[in-house]
Order: sequence, then C-alpha cells, then structure tokens
Amino acid sequence: MEVGQLQRKFVDYTASLFCEGFLDEQFTQLQQLQDESNPDFVVEVVSLFFEDTEKLLNDLTRALDQQSVDFKKVDAHVHQLKGSSSSIGAQRVRNACIAFRNFCEEQNTDACSKCLLQVKQEYSLVKNKLDTLFRLEQQIVEAGGAVPMVG
Amino acid sequence: MESCNCIEPQWPADELLMKYQYISDFFIALAYFSIPLELIYFVKKSAVFPYRWVLVQFGAFIVLCGATHLINLWTFNMHSRTVAVVMTTAKVLTALVSCVTALMLVHIIPDLLSVKTRELFLKNKAAELDREMGLIRTQEETGRHVRMLTHEIRSTLDRHTILKTTLVELGRTLALEECALWMPTRTGLELQLSYTLRHQNPVGFTVPTQLPVINQVFSTNRAVKISPNSPVARLRPVAAKYMPGEVVAVRVPLLHLSNFQIYDWPELSTKRYALMVLMLPSDSARKWHVHELELVEVVADQVAVALSHAAILEESMRARDLLMEQNVALDLARREAETAVRARNDFLAVMNHEMGTPMHAIIAVSSLLQETELTPEQRLMVETILKSSNLLATLINDVLDLSRLEDGSLQLDIGTFNLHALFKEVLNLIKPIASVKKLFITLSLASDLPEYAVGDEKRLMQTLLNVVGNAVKFSKDGSISLSAFVAKSESLRDSRVPDFFPVPSDNHFYLRVQVKDSGSGINPQDIPKLFTKFAQGQSLATKNSDGSGLGLAICKRFVNLMEGHIWIESEGLGKGATAIFVVKLGIPEPSNELKLSFVPKGPANHGQTNFLGLKVLVMDDNGVSRSVTKGLLVHLGCDVMTVSSGDECLRVITQEHQVVFMDICMPGVDGYEVAVRIHETFSKRHERPLIVALTGNTDRVTKEHCLRVGMDGVILKPVSVDKMRSVLSELLEHRVLFEA
Repeated sequence: MEVGQLQRKFVDYTASLFCEGFLDEQFTQLQQLQDESNPDFVVEVVSLFFEDTEKLLNDLTRALDQQSVDFKKVDAHVHQLKGSSSSIGAQRVRNACIAFRNFCEEQNTDACSKCLLQVKQEYSLVKNKLDTLFRLEQQIVEAGGAVPMVG
Repeated sequence: MESCNCIEPQWPADELLMKYQYISDFFIALAYFSIPLELIYFVKKSAVFPYRWVLVQFGAFIVLCGATHLINLWTFNMHSRTVAVVMTTAKVLTALVSCVTALMLVHIIPDLLSVKTRELFLKNKAAELDREMGLIRTQEETGRHVRMLTHEIRSTLDRHTILKTTLVELGRTLALEECALWMPTRTGLELQLSYTLRHQNPVGFTVPTQLPVINQVFSTNRAVKISPNSPVARLRPVAAKYMPGEVVAVRVPLLHLSNFQIYDWPELSTKRYALMVLMLPSDSARKWHVHELELVEVVADQVAVALSHAAILEESMRARDLLMEQNVALDLARREAETAVRARNDFLAVMNHEMGTPMHAIIAVSSLLQETELTPEQRLMVETILKSSNLLATLINDVLDLSRLEDGSLQLDIGTFNLHALFKEVLNLIKPIASVKKLFITLSLASDLPEYAVGDEKRLMQTLLNVVGNAVKFSKDGSISLSAFVAKSESLRDSRVPDFFPVPSDNHFYLRVQVKDSGSGINPQDIPKLFTKFAQGQSLATKNSDGSGLGLAICKRFVNLMEGHIWIESEGLGKGATAIFVVKLGIPEPSNELKLSFVPKGPANHGQTNFLGLKVLVMDDNGVSRSVTKGLLVHLGCDVMTVSSGDECLRVITQEHQVVFMDICMPGVDGYEVAVRIHETFSKRHERPLIVALTGNTDRVTKEHCLRVGMDGVILKPVSVDKMRSVLSELLEHRVLFEA
C-alpha cells in the first residue's frame, strides 16, 4: 500500500478510536509531546502502560480471590490503574476503574469481580486498538512517509 | 638637893583632890593618845584627805599634850630630876607644836569651811539634776507614747480605724476614763458623737457647734481644760457621789485636699473641726500635766494628717475606678467602631460586587445591542441606557473609591498619557449637555503645556469631569471657560492656600486648571463645606441639583493624592464661580512619549514560553503518569528528574530544583507531609522550590489543605501541554498559582 493510503487509513482509524471513546484528548497531548528529540514517546509510554496494567490486573485478580478480601489494597490498585489510564487517555478503561472504585467503597465483592472483568475487557480492547495503531504507524514509517498528526 | 622646878601645889596634902586630878590626867592622856590613833585610822580608811600634813601636826600636838598630861601623873608626888626634865621637854615641845598648829589652823579652817559649802552646793545641784532627769524621762515617755500612737494611727488608711485607734491608744497611754470624738455633721451646724472609748455604739448625741465652750476649743490649737459639766463632757449620767476627773478638749482639723499645706495650718473659721474630749478617771487626784496636754495636741495633729491621707487615698481610689470604667467604655466603643468599620467595608465590597455585576452586564449587553441594526429611535434609547448605566457604574465606583480613599488604601495608577487629548475628550463629553443648556464652553491650553504627562489619567479625567460638570450643572446660561497651563512658582504661592508650597523640579511640573462659570455662584460662607462629603449648601439644594455630595469630596482626595490643591472662588450668589486645582504631574522621558496607555495590555500568559533548563522534580508513584508528566515538561524544555516516593523526593531535592510537581493522591505517601518537610528544609523563601500539587480532584477541601501546608499551586490531572505551559509561566512570574 502506498504512503498516502496508509496515512489516510491511519487518520481514519485514529478518528474512529476517538469517536468510539477509546481514547480522549489526553492521547492527543501525548502525541503532541512526540518530537524529534523524543520520537518514540507515545510508544514508550503506552508500553509502560501495558506492563503496569497487566501487573495490576494480576494483583487484582489474586486479591479478589482471597477468602477475606482486603478492599483497601484492591482500591489502591484500582486507583493506580485509574491514574495510568487517564494519563494516556484510555477513557473507557478509566471509566470502568471509576465504577470499580465505587464498589470497592461499598465492599461489594461480587460487584467488584464483575467490575474487574469489565476492566479487563476494556483493557484488552484498547490494547488491541493501540497495537493496530502502532503497526499502522510503523508501516507508514517503513513506507517512507510521515505520521500525520490528528488533533 | 637640886632646885625643884615643879609647880608647888597650893594645898599640898588634899588626898581626894589629888586622886581626882590623878585620874583625870590619866584619862586625858588616854584620850589624847587615842584621838590621833583614831584620826590616823580613819584617814587611812578614807581615800582622799588633802590635809595630811595638818593632821600629822595635829596628831603630834595631841600626842604631846597627852604625853604632858601623862608625865604630869608622876609630878603629883615627889619626883626625880629626870622626870622633871622629861616633863619640861614635853611641855616645851607641846608648846611649840601647839603654836605651829594654831598658826596653821588660821589658814586651814576657812578652806575647810568652804569645802563644806561646796558640798552643800553640789548636793543642791544633784537634787536639781535629779528633778530634771525626771522631767526628761517623762518627756521621753511622752514622746514614745506619741510615736507609738502615731504609728498606730498612721498604720492604717481607713478613717474608722484611725479614729478608733486614736481613742484606744490615748485612753491606754493616759489612763483615761473616757475619750470621745465629736464629728461635725454634713451641715456643719452640729457636732455628733461619733466614737467613744467605752461605749461601742454611741447613740447620736448631738450638740450645736456654736456653744461657747466649743468655740473656745476651736479657736486655739492647744488642748483646753473644760468643765466636766459641759454638754460635750457629759457622756454618762452624772451620779452625785463621785467627783468627775478633769476634762480636756482639743480640736482636730478635718483637712480638705486643697487646704493641705505643710507647716501652715490655715486658720479660717470656715474650716471644719472635730472635737476630741478626754476625761481623767473620776475620784482620782490626777491632774492634767503639761506634757500630757502636749501629747494630746500632737496626737490631734497627727490624726488630722492621717485623716487627710485617708481622704486622699479614697479620692485616688475613686478616680482610679472612674478611669477603669471609662477605659472599659472606651474599649467597648473602639471595638464597636472597628466592627462598624469592618461591617461598612464588607458591605461596600459586597455592594460593589453585587451591584457591579448586573451593571456590567447591562453595559456589556447594551454595547452589543448598539452594534446591531437599530432604528434611530431605538439607537437613541440604547444610547440613553448606556449613558445612564455608565453614570451609575461610575457612582458605584465612586462610593467604593471614597471608602478606599478614606482608608488610605487608594493608590494612583501612574502612566504616561496624552494631556491635550484628555482635555479634548472632556470637552467632547461635556459639549452635548452644555449645548442643551445653551452654554458656551471654551477650552484654552497654554502653549507650554506638555503634550504628554505622567500621572493617573483616569482619576485626573474624573476630577476634571466632576469640576466641569458642576460648572455646567449650576449654570443656567452664559459661558464656561476651561483653561489649563503650567503653574509657575510665583503663581503657585496663593494667599488663600498658605500651607501649599509646591516645588517644581526637573521631572515634574504643576498643572493648573481653571474652570470659570457665570452661573449661580456660591455663598462664600458655604465654600468650605463644598468639599465635605454629603454636605450641601442651602443654595445648592434645589430640585434640579442631583449631586450626591460626594463628587467634590472625591476630587479633593484625588487632587491631594496627586500632591496638589483644589479650591473654589466665588464673589457671591449670582456672580458665578471659578474652580481651580493644581496637581503635580510627571514629565515623561522622551523615549516614552510614543507609548500610549490606551493600548490594552496583552494576555498575561504570553510571558515566558521558553523554560529551557528549568530544573524540575516530578514525584509520582504511578509509572505511566510519571512518564507522561516528564514527557510534557521535557517537551517544554525543562530538565526533569523523577522520583516515585516521598522519601526519595526529600533525599534528592536540592535548592537547584525550581519547581516540584507532586502527586498528592499517592496511597501510603502523604504528599502534604512531604511539602511540609520541604518547607522545613528550605527555610529561605527564595531558595525553596515552588511546590505544585497534581491531583485528580480539586475540591475546596483539597485546595485549602494544599494552601495550609504551603504549596504554591494545585493542578488537575491530566495536564495538557498548553495548560502546563501557562502554569509554568504563571508560577515563574508570580511565584504562586491557584486555580481549578
């Protein structure tokens, strides 16, 4: 595929992500921070996000499997996840975390487990989307084009 | 046979006589021998005897006489020649010594007699000294009593105690039967029995003050003996059987503070006295001695002094109580005044804000309306609305200004402006109103008036408008002339304003503005009131006048702030008036002439946009947030260091870091605590890095908490690039940032 098409595909895809609410303006901010001195900023941050989130999700699963659930710890983890997701603009993940925290306050184990599933789902969705996006970027760069800014 | 020298007796053979003579001679000899012995013995015993030699002589004389008589014993019978010789020797010696002694005695006896006289004299003297000693002792006793009494009396400042103590001590010292004190009543016409020694509660005996005996006592400061039958002395029912003791009365001056002079008891008859009456025990033979009277007089004086001290003390206590009351009242008044001032300020602030908001809305919307398509009538109506609202807005500001002027908190906004343009603008604003009233307005600017000046343009225009507006308001017809020129030193010294000594200098000049109108004029008596708030002269209180009374007062304050003076001259009613003010303005430097203050300031955010090298510390435990924040700051050119815990932050922070961004939502780490510790570490404000809190929630509680621990700002996460840029520039410009 030639560069122009790739670029158009990239733009459309990015737009759809925003439309569907997977990403919000924070992600745009991240993209703005990427420049010649920092060319892989977005990828780095997002990879960091993925690492963090996977660890957090494992911790959460373990915590909620306990006989007596330590809701404080659960809340702490969810708080972290909320922070990370809002930092990169993963809107749906963040919203799921907010709901999760409410149930933590109520100390409702069942609801929490449901929320955890929800969070996991949102996370894998956004991960896929972002992976696709990055792949597209790579393709554009390999094809010799410049990655268009979508603002 | 040898010749016999002895005397032959006439009756040779009378045995009895011979015997008697014999015995007598024997005894005489004995006596003659013992007397010197006795003499010697006693003289030896006595220590001093000045005539020893005489005594020896005497002794010898006596001894020899004795010897003679002794030897005589042998001559009664036939005796031998030896005896005769011895007898002769003895007699001769005796004769010698006797003659010598006789001669001596002529000298001695007068001396001895005089010794006797001297002795008598000395004895008399001794008796006299004894008497005097007795007297002195008595006096000293008296003195001691007086001292003791005085001490007792003066040891208290309570009137009652003083008087009671006096009576008790006097009674004790002088062993009195009764002691009483009569005090003058309020009217001074009677004396009332106030204190006695024996009766605990004297029932009110009174005697009139004008009794002769009382007058007698009051007329001298000595103690006076009075009759025991006088009314003041008759305290007990008189029983006929006993002889009442002598009575003495003395006056006690009751001093007022104003009369109290040392060494000089005033002798005015209008003085008030109390009467002290002392009675010796009845049926005793005691009489009043002089020293006792002296004691009484001294005590009376002391009592007077003590009473006056007590009075002074009472007075000062009363004064102090009064002062305290006044203090309390004053304090209350002050607090009330402060409350009132605070209330007024609060009210004004609220008023200004509350009234200003809708006002500005009206003005804004009317301006907008002006821009739309309007019919001429509609345009006129909108303009009226605008003008009225502007006036109202001005008035609201005036009120606020005035209160700020009074507090002294108003400050001039100094800037360079076009002076000529200002006058022209004022003229343009006034012209429409003036032409409606058919008034002519002329403006004349002096040729040496600078085009640009440095000062508070808005307030100068306000003053000018006010003054010219008044001129227009109070003129029904005629002309108004507005002139402005640079004031020279001579013209600055005005006899009407003697305290005003303006001194022009190199970069300042004094602008003098005169507004002359030919209107209704002002009564010269009302002129001082013009500049007082809310005071209106009678001539001004016509139906047409709509001045609130604040305008000129505010102008005066503005003019004073500009180091100038404003006044109004008028010949009288109907003769017009001239308002003149002089203000100090600066001369702008040539290069600043082109900068006009009409150009509005650009947005404050276009300050620093380049933060290259700004050392920043980011504290966040969330890896992703940390990277994003770091990326943000790096993008803006900062030199970023990241830490993920409070301890690490405190360990790493130095005064080279200019800003610290810390996430305060970190679980397990108290960001506030970290901020406090940073404050403790960097005590000097300029060394301390600015602390900004990053948080996902900026409600008031969080913001207040951040303020309290000393953070310089709070930002909501997530932060955009523009947001971060503006935050940093705001921080670095003002060193503080607080927003949502």
